[in-house]
Amino acid sequence: MSELLNNLLFLPESASTFAERVDLLHHFVVGTTMVMSAGVGLAALFMFFRYRRRLPAQATEYVVPTLKTEFLFVSVPLVFFLAWFGIGFRDFTWVTTPPKDAMDVYVMGKQWMWKFSYPEGPNGVNVMHVPANRPVRLLITSRDVLHSFYVPAFRIKMDALPGRYTQIWFEATKPGTYQVLCTEYCGLSHSKMLAEVVVLPEEEYEDWIKEQRRGRLQDRQDALADTSLVPPVARMVEQGQILAGTQGCLKCHSVDGSAHIGPTFLGMYDRVEKLDDGQDIRVDEAYITQSMMDPGAHLVAGYQNVMPTYQGKLQGPETAAIVEYIKSLRTPNVREGASEGPAYDPIQ
Amino acid sequence: MTPSSSLDTAGAAPHDEHHDHHPSYLVDGTTIKSWLLTVDHKRIGLMFLFWVLLFFLVGGIFALLIRVELLTPGPTIMDAMTYNRTFTLHGLVMIFLFMIPAIPAVFGNFMLPLMLGAKDVAFPRLNLASLYIYLAGAVLALWGMLNGGLDTGWTFYTPYSTHTTTTVAPVLFGAFIIGFSSIATGINFIVTCHTMRAPGITWFKMPLFVWAIYATSCIQVLATPVIGLLLVLVTVENLFSFGMFDPARGGDPVLFQHLFWFYSHPAVYIMVLPAFGVMSEIVSTYSRKNLFGYRAVAYSSLGIAFVGFFAWGHHMFVSGQSTFDAGVFGVLTMLVGVFTAIKVFNWVGTVYKGAVDFKTPFAYFCGFLFFTVFGGMTGIALGTVSLDVAWHDTYFVVAHFHFIMVGATIMAFLAALHYWFPKMFGRTYHEGWGLVSAALIILGFNATFIPQFLLGNNGMPRRYYDYPERFQALNVASTAGATLLAFGFIIIAMYLAYALVYGKAAGKNPWRSKGYEWVSESPPPTHNFVGPQPTFPEEPHFYVDPKKAEVPDAV
Repeated sequence: MSELLNNLLFLPESASTFAERVDLLHHFVVGTTMVMSAGVGLAALFMFFRYRRRLPAQATEYVVPTLKTEFLFVSVPLVFFLAWFGIGFRDFTWVTTPPKDAMDVYVMGKQWMWKFSYPEGPNGVNVMHVPANRPVRLLITSRDVLHSFYVPAFRIKMDALPGRYTQIWFEATKPGTYQVLCTEYCGLSHSKMLAEVVVLPEEEYEDWIKEQRRGRLQDRQDALADTSLVPPVARMVEQGQILAGTQGCLKCHSVDGSAHIGPTFLGMYDRVEKLDDGQDIRVDEAYITQSMMDPGAHLVAGYQNVMPTYQGKLQGPETAAIVEYIKSLRTPNVREGASEGPAYDPIQ
Repeated sequence: MTPSSSLDTAGAAPHDEHHDHHPSYLVDGTTIKSWLLTVDHKRIGLMFLFWVLLFFLVGGIFALLIRVELLTPGPTIMDAMTYNRTFTLHGLVMIFLFMIPAIPAVFGNFMLPLMLGAKDVAFPRLNLASLYIYLAGAVLALWGMLNGGLDTGWTFYTPYSTHTTTTVAPVLFGAFIIGFSSIATGINFIVTCHTMRAPGITWFKMPLFVWAIYATSCIQVLATPVIGLLLVLVTVENLFSFGMFDPARGGDPVLFQHLFWFYSHPAVYIMVLPAFGVMSEIVSTYSRKNLFGYRAVAYSSLGIAFVGFFAWGHHMFVSGQSTFDAGVFGVLTMLVGVFTAIKVFNWVGTVYKGAVDFKTPFAYFCGFLFFTVFGGMTGIALGTVSLDVAWHDTYFVVAHFHFIMVGATIMAFLAALHYWFPKMFGRTYHEGWGLVSAALIILGFNATFIPQFLLGNNGMPRRYYDYPERFQALNVASTAGATLLAFGFIIIAMYLAYALVYGKAAGKNPWRSKGYEWVSESPPPTHNFVGPQPTFPEEPHFYVDPKKAEVPDAV
């Protein structure tokens, strides 16, 4: 019965525990809608015929509804609507509250691809592997604009927001390959932002994970190529150095202290600069970022306002990498070693 | 002969002796200046009709381009960027330049003073200004669309709209200006309802169309400033990189959605409430019957206007808002559905023991009933939170809002055009063509959008330039339906244009309606009524047989 209705209503394969719930309610709602519309429609058609006009100036009886009728008009739809809402809200709460034993997959939307990464190691683009019959929690974010992660076969969808994580979970019931679509308009290739979820039986999934780890271990033979072993900040510094080259920063800014079109990067961080309006400013992360995005805002005395803006040309992480690179060309008064963090006295 | 007593001498009413001294508003001054600088609400309504129809044509052509593009997966007739701009233009033009002003600015302007026995609206010059403000905004927005083009969709979601390199500022500023036109019209109607009702018209003797326009005006005045503010914020963010909505600068992209839907959800009722009002008039006139539950229909308009303000969050169930929010907005959405259901039941109840004359506007009433029930019920389905998780931003939503917002509004717009055509132009059209084209339009509309419900079920997201192969069959069906729909509109344009010039004289009250607007001549003279201000002793929509009037029997 349910299968037949699914085909009639063009529903895609239902391949998650949530999909089964959604389909049941869907059939209830659509079924009632059909019966209701047919009821109202047939009653109307009957009356159009039964009460057709016989004389051009025919007068009619004065008919007004009783209070009982109006009460019925209000209460019958209200009862149905609230029942649907009740069931729907219960299921919604269920799907937005991941079970504690769910495995995590990080999902990042980016124009125009989906990136998946697993806490235990492997990551990939546009293909997500998950085991069947095991709850999977998705932690979704975006690197640029809004996206929305949608798997029709699982009936789940959640927006990907930059600078914030959203979550939803599912439990796939059948091994197979399912399509992932982006449903929040995100620019030129919005409709090309496709990916797939590969649902594997539990054992095959374990094998897949092992395979992925083996691949990573082989990589580690070549320690220099394995960036994951280098501390994170150092990695960002390397990225920043490359970016400073490719983005053209080094065409105007030297890194050896010599004067050029722009101030040298060497020892720039934490220095106090005199601006051309006579004020002093301390070069910190905020100032460096601002100078990349709006170079003319606070011009250091003695330099021309010739730098182009990097607004829109640099992603957030790229900006951060360049800042880290500039910080790495530090003067001795920058404290070395890991931060000990602020110290708090416990409240008595 | 007082106008109020002339209601029963329907059909070809004899021209009274004043007629020669009081020419109809159409010929009272024939210079271009007398039209462009008129303060007559009827002429302003007619000029709005011209522009609204023109923009409907533009929006419609772009709709067809979209449907042709989607005939096959991959590029069909345009590239992805052009497609993205096309659907943005379609949405913007249809919503801001057609749907929102369509019924209030055209038929509201024309009929409201007539229905209240007033000589004009409360602020005639403001009324003219609202036309020019609307045109100024339209020109600016379209200029922006054609010079650079906008590809954000009509929802302008941030941070895409603050990052995109296409022309955001002029389009948003154009929409901002159009908002002032909407506010001015709303204020004008509210004040007119409060201060200019003829003697005898108490609040609960106002025709239901007036009630609907009144409720709509309240929404316009309260909600439009919010989107005005928002459009300005997005513009400055786009031009000067403010940090309101861009998380890269500490802003909040979801804040935009809250502010946007706080206007744009009630805006749905700005579009559809006037349609409900038109239909209340039409079902009453053509079934020659007092409205079943007049007060319930009047109150439910206010109810929709009120609750409509508290349902905006149902556009954001999967935006990361809290589960509790989703629950609250879900329940409030259901209440809107209940108010609409009251109206539907009362319209059908009106036919009970009536005398139905199946004319063209009534055919549109049938189509309207179907679109409202089906569009409304799918709206309830979307308000059911777990179902919305599956359907959000798919073609199911596209089909739903085209059914309720566009389907119901277009049915009402065409019904109003046919119903009031004799009143506005003093001529009648060919009834046969009217019924044929109505059938074609209703059929075409269903053929276009029912496949889109199924596409949504099947999982096709909206705003897709390209789509996987499995969606094609339904897209072809939808495009075929759109073609049928276009034919329907062409036929209507042809026979109405013909009727405008060669149509038979309509007479004062061709439908033998008891609506207050038919008291005046067709077309009405410049100040609406000849002689003293009319009085309206009877309730509106009162077709009662005098012999049976003493026993107002309950159902």
